[in-house]
Amino acid sequence: MRPADRLPPELAAEGERVMRLCNACRYCEGFCAVFPALERRLSFAEADLVYLANLCHNCGECWYACQYAPPHEFELAFSRTLAQIRAASYQQNVRPRALAGLLRHGGRTAAWLSAAGLLLFLALELARGGMAGLVAPHADAAGAFHALLSHGAMVAVFLAAGLWAAAALALGLAAFWRQTGERFGDLVASRAAARGFWDALRLRYLDGGGGGCAYPDEVPSPARRRLHHLTVAGFGLCFASTSVAAVYHYGLHLPAPYPILSLPVVLGTLGGAGLLAGPAGLLWLKLRRNPAIVDPAQTGLDVGFLVLLQLAAGTGLLLMALRQTAAMGTLLALHLGLVLALFVTMPYGKFVHAVYRYAALVRYALEQRRPRAAR
Amino acid sequence: MDWARTYDVLVVGGGNAGLCAALSARRAGASVLLLESSPRELRGGNSRHTRNLRCMHDQPADVLTGSYPEEEYWEDLRKVTGGQTDEAMARMVIRRSATCRSWMAGHGVRFQPSLGGTLHLSRTNAFFLGGGKALVNAYYRAAEALGVDVAYGAEVRELELTGGRFLSAAVTVKGFGNRARARTLVAAAGGFQGNTAWLREAWGPAADNFIVRGTPYDDGTVLKLLSGAGMRTVGDPTQGHAVAIDARAPRFDGGIVTRVDCVSLGIVVNKHAERFYDEGEEFWPKRYAIWGRLVAQQPDQIAYAIIDAKMPGTFVPPVFPPVEAPTVRELAVALRLDPAALERTVEGFNRAVRPGTFDHAVLDGCATAGLSPPKSHWARRLDTPPFAAYPLRPGITFTYLGLAVDERARVLAADGKPSDNVYAAGEIMAGNILGKGYLAGIGMTIGTVFGTIAGEEAARHAAR
Ligand SMILES: Cc1cc2nc3c(=O)[nH]c(=O)nc-3n(C[C@H](O)[C@H](O)[C@H](O)COP(=O)(O)OP(=O)(O)OC[C@H]3O[C@@H](n4cnc5c(N)ncnc54)[C@H](O)[C@@H]3O)c2cc1C
Ligand code: SF4
Ligand code: SF4
Repeated sequence: MRPADRLPPELAAEGERVMRLCNACRYCEGFCAVFPALERRLSFAEADLVYLANLCHNCGECWYACQYAPPHEFELAFSRTLAQIRAASYQQNVRPRALAGLLRHGGRTAAWLSAAGLLLFLALELARGGMAGLVAPHADAAGAFHALLSHGAMVAVFLAAGLWAAAALALGLAAFWRQTGERFGDLVASRAAARGFWDALRLRYLDGGGGGCAYPDEVPSPARRRLHHLTVAGFGLCFASTSVAAVYHYGLHLPAPYPILSLPVVLGTLGGAGLLAGPAGLLWLKLRRNPAIVDPAQTGLDVGFLVLLQLAAGTGLLLMALRQTAAMGTLLALHLGLVLALFVTMPYGKFVHAVYRYAALVRYALEQRRPRAAR
Repeated sequence: MDWARTYDVLVVGGGNAGLCAALSARRAGASVLLLESSPRELRGGNSRHTRNLRCMHDQPADVLTGSYPEEEYWEDLRKVTGGQTDEAMARMVIRRSATCRSWMAGHGVRFQPSLGGTLHLSRTNAFFLGGGKALVNAYYRAAEALGVDVAYGAEVRELELTGGRFLSAAVTVKGFGNRARARTLVAAAGGFQGNTAWLREAWGPAADNFIVRGTPYDDGTVLKLLSGAGMRTVGDPTQGHAVAIDARAPRFDGGIVTRVDCVSLGIVVNKHAERFYDEGEEFWPKRYAIWGRLVAQQPDQIAYAIIDAKMPGTFVPPVFPPVEAPTVRELAVALRLDPAALERTVEGFNRAVRPGTFDHAVLDGCATAGLSPPKSHWARRLDTPPFAAYPLRPGITFTYLGLAVDERARVLAADGKPSDNVYAAGEIMAGNILGKGYLAGIGMTIGTVFGTIAGEEAARHAAR
């Protein structure tokens, strides 16, 4: 392994220690996939720690249930240790490696890139219509957006950003998978891959073994899982809205903006609402969660991503509401800038958790099929 | 809580038994004060370390497979106690164990389908999701929601009784004295295993080498106060549940992780490097509870479980890494045992091993011949380096000396008459049913059944 791929030695040692404790105890095995997976192991190399850490949702159940949590002398903070290992593993798998700093300062990265996106689109708009074009009120007629911004330029920018993000995420995923020693084919095309995808999507293990999990406090609650579903659904609907719009544009030769009751606008509005409400709820829970269970160093990463989702959604909704006013030009640039930042930061922000969780769950599904060691 | 108030029910001890009593008394309409001597973070006594309870059932039921009828349960109990039990009371507990789970679930306890576990207990035992601490947390939440008053760091130091009637308790809360008054008392303060001086009284100096697997707060104060006030006790102070655990365990509260599950796979020697008991007599789960006593009877209360490289993978890996060495001689040196003696023991054992097909999942045919003591199953030569050893000490789980009670959880006075308003539940009275021996999961069953009975009875009495 390259030095950059190693966990900090104290973290690896602590990871091994907590795994040994849990493996000798096993009381939490009903909560999630982490425990059954660790019970298959007799020793915990770094690759095992990274895999196990990425199975964990940091739901908090095992913190409250642990008889070895502080003030016990074992000072076991299992979920926090896993969170630290998870963060370190994100660092290991950033591609290109030179951009690891972006991920390390995820919150700041999101802010700077949003500003850069805004400036880029303002510049493109100014280049097309000058100051007068930017601030003029607009008729709510098809093609108004493109009077401001060349469709070609817009597509080019987003295509480049999308390809970049997809490539970087895929390389990170490949690096993660290589560490597991599993076959590449199994990651994308296997029954285990289907199982892992489905388990990741439905947040199967964010449920405390049934009945919700201990987040933001001790009382089992389905709140986080529901809000996460809402967020993902919002994201999915916005994506669907954009895809339908592309079909309208290229297939039906209908340029944006579309009428209020058209499919892209309805999908986008619902999606935008989900992306406002879901992250708002998640942020609210985050404020109230127990600091003992988390790795405080990651708050910026989490918050940066959630706020960016909300800003992108919020400006999208505003743009729709104010598209006949003089604010449209600026709002369009703002919205597109934020969406661009969202794309570009996907491999360098909280979004990566989805990719690695998927991979970890695929591996879990693969392991479940294999005979397990004696108990 | 309100120290000026006279409560209907005072519960001393906030483990499983005390919580069950407090909840059922509150449900019956009583005002309840629960005193727990530990700070909030360490609440729940030994119950915090538990994992399951043993339930009777006539057909597969929720998390339990197969059936475990009353007769079989009773037979199991009769066997392990050698008949030192109260059959009527034991059968009452067994029958009531069938309905415990729904009461527990009604107060927030979650169960998990057994994913295998180490003890192959999914037929007889229901496992708590997240273990005993999750159970205790759920009960405290329920108690709070129902309006039970709870004081942490509140240790009962004195009890005021006249003619067997409870009047009040002197309580120290974070160093300051208070008095708690109530119409009834439920004693649920556990055994006395946390009290080193008392253990020494019972066991002699050997007790200094015992490790207490659970809470240090179960120091037997309430047991002593009530027996001092003329209540009758049952059981022998040297009886209790004790297992062999890793000698490197913390002095208290090491809980489940200090277990060493490889005894039946290898050999166990004492400080003279001699074997002293048939390691493969029975399945480990059926024998682990005798090894505490066996090690306690060895010189300096120390023993070493020795395995070779063939064995890891067939038992739950212990929390502390083993002492390892490439040869038996070097292992002896590392353990500070006489190298020649250990070599002699291992060679003698290896010579006595008869050929057989090893299978740790069944009582296999791998046994020794002409060896004393024999090893009846899973005997394989120790010949594959590295050799590994786990040092063992007696780990005491809980003591059986307790308060005599009747089936309504009423504590009996010296003359055998039930006390007017004193009840007991849990470890503090488990000796009525467990004269000796142990059946995995019955501690929580006794505590749950007697806890709910004590709570109901106390509430009814207070309402009179
Ligand atoms: C490691 C371990 C694992 C176990 N696993 C199991 C299992 O899986 N299944 C099972 O059935 N049993 C198990 N047991 C046994 C089980 O713990 C007991 O049978 C059961 O928990 C007893 O409950 P209790 O409420 O009587 O005592 P405890 O849970 O010990 O509660 C007694 C409480 O009283 C408090 N107290 C003591 N003195 C005072 C005082 N003077 N004033 C105020 N408060 C006081 C203590 O702080 C304590 O919280 C295990 C025990 C240990 C140690
Ligand atoms: S988190 Fe604590 S209680 Fe849960 S399995 Fe690990 S050691 Fe046991
Ligand atoms: S925090 Fe939740 S998901 Fe993570 S290991 Fe603990 S119980 Fe499992």
